[in-house]
Amino acid sequence: MAEKISQETVVKVSRLARLSLTSDEAEKMTSQLAGMLEHFRDIDALDLADVEPMTQPYPLKNVLRKDVEAPSLDRQEVLGQAPATESGRFRVPPTIGFDV
Amino acid sequence: MSDVAALPNGWQLIVGLEVHVELATKTKMFSASANRFGDEPNTNIDPVTLGLPGALPVLNQHAIELAMRIGLALNCKVQPCTFHRKNYFYPDLPKAYQITQYDNPLNVDGHLMLPGEVRIGIERAHLEEDTGKSTHFGGSSGRIHGSDYSLIDFNRAGVPLVEIVSRPDIRTSEQARQYVAELRSILLAVGASDAKMEEGSMRCDVNVSVHKPGTPFGTRCEIKNVNSIRSVGRAIDYESRRQVDLIESGGTIRQETRHWDDSTGRTETLRTKEDADDYRYFLEPDLVPLIPDPEWIEAVRAALPILPAARRLALAELCGVDKDGESALVVVERGQDDYVGAVISAGGDPRRAVIYVQQAFAEQGATPKVPAKDLAALTILERDAKVTSTQAKTLLTDLIEAGGGDVLAMAAKRGFETLDTSAVEEMVDAAIAAEPGAWQKYCNGEDKALGALVGAVMKSSKGKADGKVITALLQSKKNS
Amino acid sequence: MQKLVEIASGVSNGSLSASAVVEQHLARIDVRESEIHAFNLVTADQARLDAAKVDADVKSGKKVGALAGVPIAVKDNMCTRGVETTCSSKILQGWKPPYDATVVTKLRAAGAIIIGKTNLDEFAMGSSTENSAFGPTKNPHDISRVPGGSSGGSAAAVAAGFAAASLGSDTGGSIRQPAALCGVVGVKPTYGVVSRYGLVAFASSLDQIGPFTCDVRDAATLLEVISGHDPLDSTSIPQPAPSLVSVLEHGVAGMRIGRVTDLPEGCEADVLERLESAFDALRSAGATIVDIKLPSIQYCLTAYYLIAPAEASSNLARYDGVRYGNRVDAADLNSMYAATREAGFGEEVKRRIMLGTYALSAGYYDAYYGKALKVRRLISDDFARAYQSVDTILTPTSPSVAFEFGSKTDNPLAMYLCDVFTIPTNLAGHPAMSVPFGTGAHSMPVGVQVLAPTLGEQAMFKVAAELERAS
Repeated sequence: MAEKISQETVVKVSRLARLSLTSDEAEKMTSQLAGMLEHFRDIDALDLADVEPMTQPYPLKNVLRKDVEAPSLDRQEVLGQAPATESGRFRVPPTIGFDV
Repeated sequence: MSDVAALPNGWQLIVGLEVHVELATKTKMFSASANRFGDEPNTNIDPVTLGLPGALPVLNQHAIELAMRIGLALNCKVQPCTFHRKNYFYPDLPKAYQITQYDNPLNVDGHLMLPGEVRIGIERAHLEEDTGKSTHFGGSSGRIHGSDYSLIDFNRAGVPLVEIVSRPDIRTSEQARQYVAELRSILLAVGASDAKMEEGSMRCDVNVSVHKPGTPFGTRCEIKNVNSIRSVGRAIDYESRRQVDLIESGGTIRQETRHWDDSTGRTETLRTKEDADDYRYFLEPDLVPLIPDPEWIEAVRAALPILPAARRLALAELCGVDKDGESALVVVERGQDDYVGAVISAGGDPRRAVIYVQQAFAEQGATPKVPAKDLAALTILERDAKVTSTQAKTLLTDLIEAGGGDVLAMAAKRGFETLDTSAVEEMVDAAIAAEPGAWQKYCNGEDKALGALVGAVMKSSKGKADGKVITALLQSKKNS
Repeated sequence: MQKLVEIASGVSNGSLSASAVVEQHLARIDVRESEIHAFNLVTADQARLDAAKVDADVKSGKKVGALAGVPIAVKDNMCTRGVETTCSSKILQGWKPPYDATVVTKLRAAGAIIIGKTNLDEFAMGSSTENSAFGPTKNPHDISRVPGGSSGGSAAAVAAGFAAASLGSDTGGSIRQPAALCGVVGVKPTYGVVSRYGLVAFASSLDQIGPFTCDVRDAATLLEVISGHDPLDSTSIPQPAPSLVSVLEHGVAGMRIGRVTDLPEGCEADVLERLESAFDALRSAGATIVDIKLPSIQYCLTAYYLIAPAEASSNLARYDGVRYGNRVDAADLNSMYAATREAGFGEEVKRRIMLGTYALSAGYYDAYYGKALKVRRLISDDFARAYQSVDTILTPTSPSVAFEFGSKTDNPLAMYLCDVFTIPTNLAGHPAMSVPFGTGAHSMPVGVQVLAPTLGEQAMFKVAAELERAS
């Protein structure tokens, strides 16, 4: 399994998850995650080469619906729950840089 | 179609295309919210579309059938498939993940043929969902960069998409244009999409690289915002020259996404590979596998219409024109090939039928108002030299305006009396007698002299004689 | 405490008034809710209106549903139209969903009265309700102790008589563990038996809704109402609701009950002693006890704490301050995202988002998430082998009785170990339920857990009913 998680990795992961950690939080998080990942090394001993990953608890396939329209939600009710709206749309701050 | 100069110094262009098409369903990929363009913002929304907590996706059967049609029309293998989550944050992506197909797409390993028997491989054609639409306000440019804020409309979010990924088999910008045009006509033919590039229901991302033959492919750049077939060609021409110029001046190409600006005719960096998100793909636990059984696939295949390439070939054989030529292309694209067939069945002249339809029926749609037998009658009239080609064009206009009618009566009304060959022959003899000098020169091989003789006959027939008939008569008299 | 089935039959035959039933429960809430904190919201006004409607229907001779007049509390991670649904998180505080969860629709259709939304560990992540952004729920048996979690509010509401029954959700034990700690019945059905539509997702491949009740018959009755195929949930099993009440008197004679000989260590002696009594009771009733091994379940914690956070990291990405919930304003988009999520999520939720994001990220997927899915298969295979020789399996629900507040909050792993007996069934997708079986240390309730294979609810309820008769 991978090497011990570094604080640098923790900071990178926090950016991916859009969580801003202070350096104290990042330090604490690093040590907690490292502890857990250490515990999770127990499965390293298992020979899993020929084991099929299990992704579904109950094997279903081809669950489909007909292409029939249902009414929309009420726009006012929905926009009424949003932090910021304008002219029937959701308003967000600008994107800075090319990080799209 | 402008031919663009090849790249200098032996550079070879390599292009692959990723084309997104919105499917022509009534509802969205994963919910019963309407799939409709042009509605008021945020009026086609439901818990699934908005990614509300607790909402769950359910596959739209019709979207899958349309995607299968696309796959089968592109000669793909239709196979068991799964859906993944592609995780990234963006305000027009409601769940902060897009449901898409990753390692097991629905359609794989197909191809599409271009004129000249050029085969473009199709790597995959997979299902996914569209995002909402962001509009950027404030700032100087109205572009995302430097705006003050953005407004989001989720009507488009969750609209079913098929992404068609070509192999890097395209070698010229002309081929790229042909590829997009051919793909579009296939999508229209199978009814999978309205494929309107101007409305965004068909969108192209273009991967461009250059290399010297015999060496590995160069680093590629992906160009986004290419919104017309013409732009596809322009963007490739610009980008490939940029890459060659950069390499030849000692630079290196960075793998990056570039934005095509149609007004300046340039591409510019949008983001580099280093900024690329880590999408953390994993199997979508809210959906189950899609395993189309062979009967279903065969039923979809059996219901496919005859595809444009086959129709062009059939039309070309029927009419004696080039299958990759303009008339076959245009007539099939308009869906008027069946009509041309009906004109020929009604006794019409095949070549004239296809050319009349190509030239004069642009506004007529797949089922022109003019009855096939009337158009057939006109082609015969012209073929038999009962009217001149100029007169035939006039009559064609009359026929279209009237929505059909008795062509002979129309000719008579116009005063296009039919001159039989014997009458013309008399006039030809008279002309030879009247212009002995010209006749002598013509007999000596001076073809320029022909004009005076034909002109004389035209004059005496008051324009009712057919130029081709006159020429043929003069020819036979010279040879006899 | 009034039983669900007694209320429903009394109300529908006119011998009980739904309004009076609701008032009795609201009166108990008035007395004790301030110390218990089972609810994030008590919907008293709407409950009174709904009860009056049920009474009017009965009076006018209209047919009423199987839960007519029954006050039911709903965990605050199930959507209720127009009624605040918070998941005990600051990020969703104030959010009023524009739609009802399928289970809520089914409750209403059956004539149930929704009396309130119950407290939970934020986004159902925890085993004590100490992770609620709105403060913990107390165990009605001893308010210095936790009620368990994450559905601690739902368990406490039934234990305290605030509701005749409640709904919880169970991702790794979140129904069964609090049921055991609060001395009530709690059921996690087979994955796919109850619709997840409208349940705010924690880990989609593990989450399942189920009932809390005072006894086994009530649990069977309520589960029959909320289960069944839902076309809005692609993972819903296309089968009608199972018949459960009909099997409760069948007894266990001839049934084979599994005793796991390689149970993970760490279970307290008082709990193990109750488990042995349970085996004795079943043996006396004619069941055969069969020793079985589940060698892979020692890895269940690892598999679970990689899979559940991975799915959660994706499920919780939608809380971005754009369409609903709360936003912390910032000058640009990414700063807004980070500030919103930083302020909106509690520590445990952030920890799991981090763990899950890491487990899925490029370069680590195969080592963590990919491996965990394979271990999940091993655990499922272990169960499949075991169920060749037994009909159900009996284990402890929780390694200990309810613990005191703060005793595990500093050590996430110690808290995770509370779920060591409940997690394996979530990984396998099987049903399991906790039945109260006497008391242990500090006179606190002890639960035993009955496990069954996929769609084995009938066998599970037969055993549970027998245990109840013996306790």
